This record gives sequence, structure tokens and C-alpha cells, in this order.
Amino acid sequence: MYPAPFHYHRAHSVSEAVAMLSEIGEGARVLAGGQSLLPILKLRFDEPTDLVDIGRIAGLDRIDDSGDEVTIGALVTHRRIAASPLAAAIPVIGDCANGIADNQVRTRGTIGGSVSSGDPNCDWPALLHTLDARIVTQGPGGSRTLDINGFVADLYQTILQPGEIVTAIRLRKPGAASGGAYCGFKRCSPAYPTVSVGVQLTLKGNKVAAARVAAGSVGFVPARLGEVEAVLQGQAVDAACIQRAAEAAAEAVNPLEDTRGSAAFKRRVTAAMTARAIGIALRRANGETVKNKHEYY
Amino acid sequence: MNGKVSISVTVNGQRFDREVEPRQLLVQFIREELILTGTHIGCDTSYCGACTVLFNGEPVKSCTMLAVQADGGEVTTVEGLAQGGKLHPLQESFSEHHALQCGYCTPGMLMSAKYLLDTNPDPSDEEIRKGIQGNLCRCTGYNNIFVAIADAAGKLRGGS
Repeated sequence: MYPAPFHYHRAHSVSEAVAMLSEIGEGARVLAGGQSLLPILKLRFDEPTDLVDIGRIAGLDRIDDSGDEVTIGALVTHRRIAASPLAAAIPVIGDCANGIADNQVRTRGTIGGSVSSGDPNCDWPALLHTLDARIVTQGPGGSRTLDINGFVADLYQTILQPGEIVTAIRLRKPGAASGGAYCGFKRCSPAYPTVSVGVQLTLKGNKVAAARVAAGSVGFVPARLGEVEAVLQGQAVDAACIQRAAEAAAEAVNPLEDTRGSAAFKRRVTAAMTARAIGIALRRANGETVKNKHEYY
Repeated sequence: MNGKVSISVTVNGQRFDREVEPRQLLVQFIREELILTGTHIGCDTSYCGACTVLFNGEPVKSCTMLAVQADGGEVTTVEGLAQGGKLHPLQESFSEHHALQCGYCTPGMLMSAKYLLDTNPDPSDEEIRKGIQGNLCRCTGYNNIFVAIADAAGKLRGGS
């Protein structure tokens, strides 16, 4: 299958990419690794007039660790994140990077592309909600730093303005008493998750001082599940509490029926993934080492 | 309109300079421009892995990459495995252990297995399974493929 014809432009700097996108206008799309964009073009769901290839821009492929904060360049691939010290330092990052699609997709796919596609099935946006990540962008009006919460506005739509591109993802490292997990249910490796749930729990003593819970693939946008966070907040989490949180998650999501299952089935999978992720997050918050968990079950 | 783009790609050690349409996929460049038809097109939607080649040493789905994105890079296809008329140990092991039936997935399986053994010469059973997680086979049930990869790993490490 061929995509519809388009003009190809290779940008050598962020400012050149922004200028190209601004000049071409609404027919332009940004190409990074292409793992979300190319299937869309091949299926002719979209027929842009022009592609601006940012894949070779120097400096966007760096991971900068400043101690408390980490900045991941938009072009860093899933494979590089999975192999980086960051994945060891923040296990939930390793969960996500190692579990995205398959080896081949992880070679090419980038974190910036995953975030920019606005696809509710992409793993990074859901996971980044649990780490309160910020999205750094560059556009005709300069640079902006945006909260991940609300960044994906609707199905395949972000709040990026015309000509604006994501240049980096920034996040604060979770503290020692914090643990996270990202669990997805997939029919097979290359498939998008049927449901994915990310959890980050920060403990004070044996009680939850801060909870972040987000879900992907179960609605038009990846979303924080405030109802589930409220169930966990302030609690000494036991099996009954996990059960209440799982049921709250099943209620909170708004899945659509598709080839991956009915809405009712996806609610049950959401409950199961929530319970699993909370259990792993708790163990990690208590200092236990739990291996990468976002694989297919 | 939609002007062609000059690219230079090294495939199996040989450099090719071509003018390509921007929308041409890497797999079409390999099959239709270079007439290296060992690389197969399967699902065409980035699921099956039949089109897997190595790009700068790492596995990619060549149906989900534009030829222009490969400009300046090195591609290894299944035709690049055999050297001097002698099959690569992976190819020998696939043959000896009946790791294929219809053979459609085999070029992609071999390239994913090549990357696995390039980066992990002594993989565990689980690592072998994960190594071909992006390659679908509808004939074998995978077991003989796992056996063949383990056997090839032994040969490459200098065993029998």
C-alpha cells in the first residue's frame, strides 16, 4: 500500500522545521520515527500535502538527567529509553519503553511521536500522566511548557498550535518512597493495548500520600482517573482497598466497543490491570525490585 | 510536484544511489528498485514482521519506513546473510529443525533472530521468544523456530 503522494522536506534544526510547517500550513505533517504516522498514511486515513522530516535534527535525541529532573528529547526512541539508566532509575519508564509494540517498532518509534500523535492507544501519554510530565514545545511564537494533563484534547488531536512541535518531555524523578507500574493487556506484542493502566503511589509511612492513576486505550484520550486516586488517597492499601480502586477504575473509564472487545469486557480488563498495577506500585514503593511488567498477559 | 529525492543507501554492503518518490516505502525500494525480493510484504500494517530488515544493525519493519528515511544508512536483508555461497548458521538451523512450513515469515524471522544473536549470543528461552515477538508465523506454532534459534546460537558461539 502506498501513501498518497506528498512533498518531502528534511529539517536540519527545530527553527527550520517550525518555519517549514508555518509556511506550508495545514497540509503539513511532522515525520519523526513514523511508527504512528506511516500506518495512518498507508491506510489513507490522512493525506497530507507535505511531510516535514524532523528525524535527523541534532540534539533532540538526548536524555539529560539533572538529578531531580529528567529531560527526554522528542526523538529518543523507545529502544534507547528502555536501555538507558533512566529505565533502571524509574522502573515504570522501563515498563513502558520495553512493552511498547515489538522490537522493530521500538527501533524507530520516538517518545515525541507517541505524545504528539494524540492516539489514545499510545503508551507514553497514559504513563506520563502518572509522572506529572510536562511537554516542551517550539512554535512560531516561541517555546511553551505544557502539562501532559489536557495535552491530548480529543481523538488524534493535541493542543499543539499550527507550526508547533514537541521538542522534549520533562519530568521530576519520583522520590524514594514512591513506586509506579504500567500494565497493559495486549492480544499480541505488535498490537495496541486493549487497556493500559499506569499507577504511581507515594507513601508516607504505610499510607498513600499521593496517588496518580491514568488509563490508555479506553476512550478518546488517555486520562487521569481522579476517582481511583481518591479511593487510594490517605489509605493504608490492602486487598479490599485495591478491589475498591479497581471497581472505581472500571466505572471511570469510557471504552468503545471494537475488535479488541466489548465495552463491558474492557471495563473488566481495566479493573484487572488497575489491581495489578497498584500491587506492583506498592511493592516498588516499599523498595522491592519488580521486573518490567508491561508485557502482554 | 512531489519531486523525487536523491538517496544513497548501502544494502548488504553495496551502495545504491537512486532517485525515489518520497512516498516509496523502504520495502518497495528493496524489492522493486533493487530487485531483492527475499524481503516479503505481509500485513502491510506493521503487525506481522515479514518485512523485517536490519537498519544500521537494528530491526525495523521496512513497510513502516520511507526509503528517504533510509538515506545514508545501512540495510541488511535476508540476501545478506549467506556469505560466499554458504548459508548463515541461522539459515542452516532453520532448515535442519524444520523452522518453517510455508516460509513466508522466514526472511523476517531470520533478521529478527540475527539481531537477537548479534546483541545476545546466549539467549534464554524467554529471550528468544521476546526476540521474535514482532514476527508472526501462522504455520509452525513457533516451537521449531525457538529450537532453531537456540541451535544457531550454539553454532555461532563455537559449539557443535
